[in-house]
Amino acid sequence: MGAVEIPSLKATLVSGRTLGQGRGKVIGKFSEEYFRNVAICELNPEDLKSLGISPGQNVKITTKTGSVVVKSAIASQASQRGLIFMPYGPWVNMVIPSETYGTGMPSMKGIEAEVTAASDEKLLDLRTLVRHVTGEA
Amino acid sequence: MNELLILNGYVYDPLNGIEGERADISIRDGKVVESVGTGAKIIDASGMIVMPGGVDIHSHIAGSKVNAGRILRPEDHEKDVERHTAITRAGTGHSIPSTFTTGYRYAKLGYTTVFEPATPLLKARHTHEELDDTPIVDKGCFPLFGNDWRTMEYLRQGQLEECAAYVAWMLRATKGYAIKIVNPGGVEAWGWGRYLVGLEDRVPNFDITPREIVRGLCKVNKMLHLPHTIHVHTNDLAKIGNYQTTIDTMDSVRDLSSDSKPVIHITHVQFTGRTGSAWHSVGSGAPEIADYVNKHGHVTADMGQVVFMNTTTMTADGGFQYMLYQLSGNKWMNFDVEVETGAGIVPYRYRRNNYVNAVQWGIGLELALLIKDPWRVYMTTDHPNGGDFTKYPKIICWLMSRKAREKSLARINSIARNKLDLPDIDREYSFSEIAVVTRAGTANALGLKEKGHLGVGADADVAVYNINPTKIDPSRDYRLVRRALKKAAFTIKDGRTVVKNGEIVETPIGRTYWVDSAVSEDLNAKVESQMRKTFAQYYTVQMDNYAMADSELANSNRIKVKAEV
Amino acid sequence: MTILSKTIIPNVICTFCGSTCDDLQVTVEDEKVLSVRSGCSSSLSKYLNYNADRYLSPLVRKDGELRDATYDDAVCRSAEILANAKYPLLYGWSSTSNEASRAGIELAEWVGGVIDNTTTVCHGPTLLGVHDIGEVSASLGEIMHRADLVVYWGSNPVHSHPHHIMRYTSMSTGRFRLSKKNRTMVVVDVRRTDTAKLADQFIQITPNGDYELMCALRMAIRGDELEQDVISGVPAEKIEELAELMVSCQFGVIFFGLGLTMTQGRHRNVDVALSLVRDLNARTKFLIMPMRGHFNVAGANEVSAWVTGFPYAVDLSQGYPRYNPGDTTAVDVLVRGDCDAALVVASDPVASFPIEVSRHLAKIPVITIDPHPSATTPISEVVFPTTVVGIETGGCIYRMDGVAIMTRPVVSPPPGLHSDVEILRDILAHVKKLKAGQQA
Repeated sequence: MGAVEIPSLKATLVSGRTLGQGRGKVIGKFSEEYFRNVAICELNPEDLKSLGISPGQNVKITTKTGSVVVKSAIASQASQRGLIFMPYGPWVNMVIPSETYGTGMPSMKGIEAEVTAASDEKLLDLRTLVRHVTGEA
Repeated sequence: MNELLILNGYVYDPLNGIEGERADISIRDGKVVESVGTGAKIIDASGMIVMPGGVDIHSHIAGSKVNAGRILRPEDHEKDVERHTAITRAGTGHSIPSTFTTGYRYAKLGYTTVFEPATPLLKARHTHEELDDTPIVDKGCFPLFGNDWRTMEYLRQGQLEECAAYVAWMLRATKGYAIKIVNPGGVEAWGWGRYLVGLEDRVPNFDITPREIVRGLCKVNKMLHLPHTIHVHTNDLAKIGNYQTTIDTMDSVRDLSSDSKPVIHITHVQFTGRTGSAWHSVGSGAPEIADYVNKHGHVTADMGQVVFMNTTTMTADGGFQYMLYQLSGNKWMNFDVEVETGAGIVPYRYRRNNYVNAVQWGIGLELALLIKDPWRVYMTTDHPNGGDFTKYPKIICWLMSRKAREKSLARINSIARNKLDLPDIDREYSFSEIAVVTRAGTANALGLKEKGHLGVGADADVAVYNINPTKIDPSRDYRLVRRALKKAAFTIKDGRTVVKNGEIVETPIGRTYWVDSAVSEDLNAKVESQMRKTFAQYYTVQMDNYAMADSELANSNRIKVKAEV
Repeated sequence: MTILSKTIIPNVICTFCGSTCDDLQVTVEDEKVLSVRSGCSSSLSKYLNYNADRYLSPLVRKDGELRDATYDDAVCRSAEILANAKYPLLYGWSSTSNEASRAGIELAEWVGGVIDNTTTVCHGPTLLGVHDIGEVSASLGEIMHRADLVVYWGSNPVHSHPHHIMRYTSMSTGRFRLSKKNRTMVVVDVRRTDTAKLADQFIQITPNGDYELMCALRMAIRGDELEQDVISGVPAEKIEELAELMVSCQFGVIFFGLGLTMTQGRHRNVDVALSLVRDLNARTKFLIMPMRGHFNVAGANEVSAWVTGFPYAVDLSQGYPRYNPGDTTAVDVLVRGDCDAALVVASDPVASFPIEVSRHLAKIPVITIDPHPSATTPISEVVFPTTVVGIETGGCIYRMDGVAIMTRPVVSPPPGLHSDVEILRDILAHVKKLKAGQQA
């Protein structure tokens, strides 16, 4: 059997606020609403297609810091090709570098990332994600 | 029982005619009393000067533009730090000290009352939060009215009574003490990036002149029986030769004074006391201004003295600050406040060698030395604009000692030296006169009947300085004077010792003075309903969220007066 | 204060974002919030859900598990952790009142810690830019009344500050600008956001291209020739057009967001934006304002500045305030591994910090003071539930433009809950005793 080439997308990752993220935050960090609105990555529809998946299927975002699996979605606020958006929160923080370049501020927008399809990988819920932080998982 | 006896000091209590006699000061429960019992605590002030605690009539110590200055200048704080101790909070200086540091440093100078002189109405709450974190001293603030839309509209329409009721409402809402006017009309023009020239220029969109604003508010002040007069930073601060504007402003309300009593206070006169039409030929307008003040009893003034140092200028006069940024190239903060006023902050270094700065330094001193009546001229630096308040002892030395002045004169720009009259002025202030211009006179101008003196019934706010007026000649030994005034031997606040030998020993919370001028219920109701409409149209906050409750002040001291309307 | 019958409370101050809209009408009955009018969807969510998920008892970790504890036990344990720490971090502060910040700084002094607020990962770079250049700004009403040109740069208010445009800018009614027709709105962003859809002009910029674009604008404003055809993805003609728009307006303003502070260049992006606006003032009236996110992050900065001299990232370990962002900022303090304890107030660092930072936080004892369970509570040693500021407790907060507003409670808190101010003061009282004991 020959090697299967997994399509991957080189993109620029931007994180930010969304209404859904804000709403989920006040309903509760451990709520379904928060999970649904924050553990996502928005892509340009053409980019989604190039990965061979449909919106709603899981994707893996990888940066030099690490990787995280989240649900894909079509960019509701027209991202151009090569630009991916994730709401602020613990999921995007899995891949954001801590280097502040002497300013105190990590890079939370404009980071080089790679996106691959990950339909057979599971999303981490917040409790499990926290165990990754503490090293218990 | 809280009895304290300050024994045997050389007392300077000019209000009560005591000028250096040896006397005891008896204190019980925070007030000066006739006498106390044998169980009283004793402070031995033998060989020392005893004065009422200092009363600073104009010092930018708290509020949004002061804090913007702190944020602008981390470099101002880094070299001047105060450690946390068991009784004092950590903090920083230098030209804009943090709030706890401000309170401690004033107390160490023997000051016990300080007024923050420029508070935007909308941001009064911020000022009071900072004042509540300024320990020891009693305090108050002057809300800004000179560019306020409602004020200008009422005055334009000749509705003096409504204006008075409105101002009274605002003073209650902002817990303010007096009517402050900064560059009347000019700051509204600056809201569009524009300037006014002189007193007759009309404010764009409001069709009123600075003269009309000053006169109108002067009348309102009288109608409300406010304890202080209107407190005015005149127009034309940025104009090179601006002394005439100062005189014109003083003169604009001359007819409103009955029996020559003060009806206007012009602040930091040095900054608007220049002659000349170009920077290279700027001169001192102090002789002209002093002449006017000497001939007209309806005016009081404070110096706004320059000290040669790296300091921070900050004023509600936003347009002036833009010009200072352009002149100096330093960093610049600007903050206009909707409906009401503005603010600007620019760091600035006054240099001996700089011709204009040297002239400015001379103007402040000339004003104080040429104005004959110390009850109508007060010592300030417009902290931090001319320099920070810890420099007060230095300025006192310049006032008391011709020798001290000559020493500084020798070091300033020589062309400025030749231009100024200062070298030829002999006059030297006595300790008694110093007591007037730093406490008795200021308390009197502010209408604070229990401050600035040590008669029976006065607040027991006392400063004891370790210097013997019979043994030293301040004219010659000014260095000893400065040393003694920098570090009070004792500062007493409401009968409690707060400073001992220049160190803080106790940190009570001072009172916040504010004025409640009662107008008739009908008038108040009428004006309140007018205000509901304009609030909804003008502001981005609701009227019901605007006014401060008494409970918001840590130590509220309401001065009730009855208005004429 | 107990409200039993159905009452509509007017002029309630929303405590969600930095717009701090103060015209909410909250209907309460039986100490429950039934509905909210005049607020945005985020505000509505907060008022209807603030009570949904909360701890009602303090928790202290025992044998590896967070267990219910008495208030006094939690205070003691917290005081011990902080008093014994060599370099604790006290973090958060932006989503609570000024009174809490004031108490927090005093506590930081006594324990010799670093006190930092969420500015550090938000508009910290803005403050760094302000230290160098200054800032030409105003209160929001000035924009409402006067602005005929409004630019949102790297900011998406439809999502972050939903009522901003309607209350303060392009869709507001001002004395001198009666309607949207009298104003032009421009949006500069890396993608066509929902805010961009409302704009008269949208300028799409390449990610991390803000610095060059701002420089080009400064050049164009001065009348200098732009040598390149395209800068940061924007054609030179478009840049020149925008410059012309800025210079010929009567009163312009740039609102900027984290697009400037979080991208490459950080405070240098802000530096050049502040300089651009300063330059513009030679030609016309122009202002700039950062879009502060949390409802009291501005207050946290102001309190820190008046008490210590510095607006965030204040290191009190030497007994006096020291400020060196990049060194005394929370992220750097944690990543270096120097920090040996943390107090987190009204904030969720595990949800907002990069994972490497959270990993360090997880290794040290953490005390969390928050109304709600957060991503930080599972890693905490002590958890204090608190009353909710603006809903159950009052307190002073500062709008994004620095206007101080006093919030008031609309309902009573669940019995037994303390405000964060009370908790901080109780911890401080205990710390003082421990410190006195340590010295004896």
